[in-house]
Amino acid sequence: MTQNTHPALPEFEYFKPETLSEASDFLSRNPGESRPFMGGTDIFVRMRDGFMTPRFLVDVKNLNGTNDLHFDPQSGLTLGAAVNMNRVIASPEVQAHYPLLAEACRSVASYQLRTRATVVGNICNASPAGDTIGACLALGGILHIHGTDGARQESLGSFFLGPGKTTLKPGDVVTAIRFPLPPKKCSGTYIKLGRNQLSDLSIVGVTAFGHPDSSCESGYRFRLALASVAPVPLVPVEAETYLANHSITPESLREAASLSADACSPIDDVRGSARYRKEMVRNLSARALAEVWKNLN
Amino acid sequence: MAFHKINVTINGELEQVVVPSNMTLMAMLRESLAMTGTKNGCSAGECGACTVLLNGEPVNSCMVLAVECDGANIVTVEGLAGEKQLSPIQEAIIHEGGVQCGFCTPGILISSHALLKRNPNPSENEIREALVGNLCRCTGYVRIIEAVKEAAKMQSAATS
Repeated sequence: MTQNTHPALPEFEYFKPETLSEASDFLSRNPGESRPFMGGTDIFVRMRDGFMTPRFLVDVKNLNGTNDLHFDPQSGLTLGAAVNMNRVIASPEVQAHYPLLAEACRSVASYQLRTRATVVGNICNASPAGDTIGACLALGGILHIHGTDGARQESLGSFFLGPGKTTLKPGDVVTAIRFPLPPKKCSGTYIKLGRNQLSDLSIVGVTAFGHPDSSCESGYRFRLALASVAPVPLVPVEAETYLANHSITPESLREAASLSADACSPIDDVRGSARYRKEMVRNLSARALAEVWKNLN
Repeated sequence: MAFHKINVTINGELEQVVVPSNMTLMAMLRESLAMTGTKNGCSAGECGACTVLLNGEPVNSCMVLAVECDGANIVTVEGLAGEKQLSPIQEAIIHEGGVQCGFCTPGILISSHALLKRNPNPSENEIREALVGNLCRCTGYVRIIEAVKEAAKMQSAATS
């Protein structure tokens, strides 16, 4: 039996609306058979492999300011949905105020794929392995969504429902993600374990972020997010709470890393076993937290 | 399935092409325009053999719809050389022996060309990072990386 190793894209209709209202209207009138797309880096692969067969692809790039990257020293960063990852990495404002976001983008695939890939697209795919999602969660990202009832905002923390599943409804188009100003003194890191050093999907990804916070007993607030070890990008809340309530010492950081491993529920797949992943969450959480703590002192 | 009439500039020449919705930029170049310098490797955005410049930035042309390129400016490997003069990266990859079977070469040339445009003097790590999306199964990369270094030197000598 021969296998076609270069499958063409299945047939679909391409639709490019002129405005967000037109996009929402079209998507809501064709629920279940239309999908919005940005760079297409995920959806084209899934369509070629036969996992997805939308009748309509709706090109929502460059609509009503979705191509803007804007930093305001009072309110923070607004990243338009169509801004590609290379632009995020190259932005002096992102480098100065949100280096964790640039680091996460840099870990994605290759330069030429990042010319097309977007942070908002990465979020909307809702893959548990999404490399930029951890940084967006840790930095308190808020999604701007345009739907049939107009514009609304939604916290990223409650956005993910399962692999590929989000709270988005037919007609919804995410137009931007906004990040509040980062805390004055903060540090973050993303440790990605792939089969090779660059470009691969993550077997495990650990994002850690920390800053002084006088409302915490420990004086510090830590955020953690785990990739590829649960049905959704996972925030191990118990580990975060533990570090808010216990003095930060090498022992408490290790305990938090164990709580992080306890929180995840990985599966066996082609990239790694569940047991291996859990142990790597423990190790990489410990490493990430230690690195953040070192940078805060 | 609907067809779309698009206007696209390829290597400086304006082309009008009629493309179906599901045609990729790669298929349009190879099949509609017979520009077979751009190669079809993985069709999944991983191997980089189909890399071209879209409005000055490298993309995997297998991951771009042709219809999205209406009004765009495309540069393929056929557009790198001047009339009688190869580009520095083309000269350098020949000189360094960075070509064996040649299948990855068009993509490597485009990615390297784009790197040298945004960073005329890249470090070895920067070269490796820029070429991470271009797989070669023959030469083992060392000669390719040497070629990019040499092209950078040729370029800076030409401009100084």
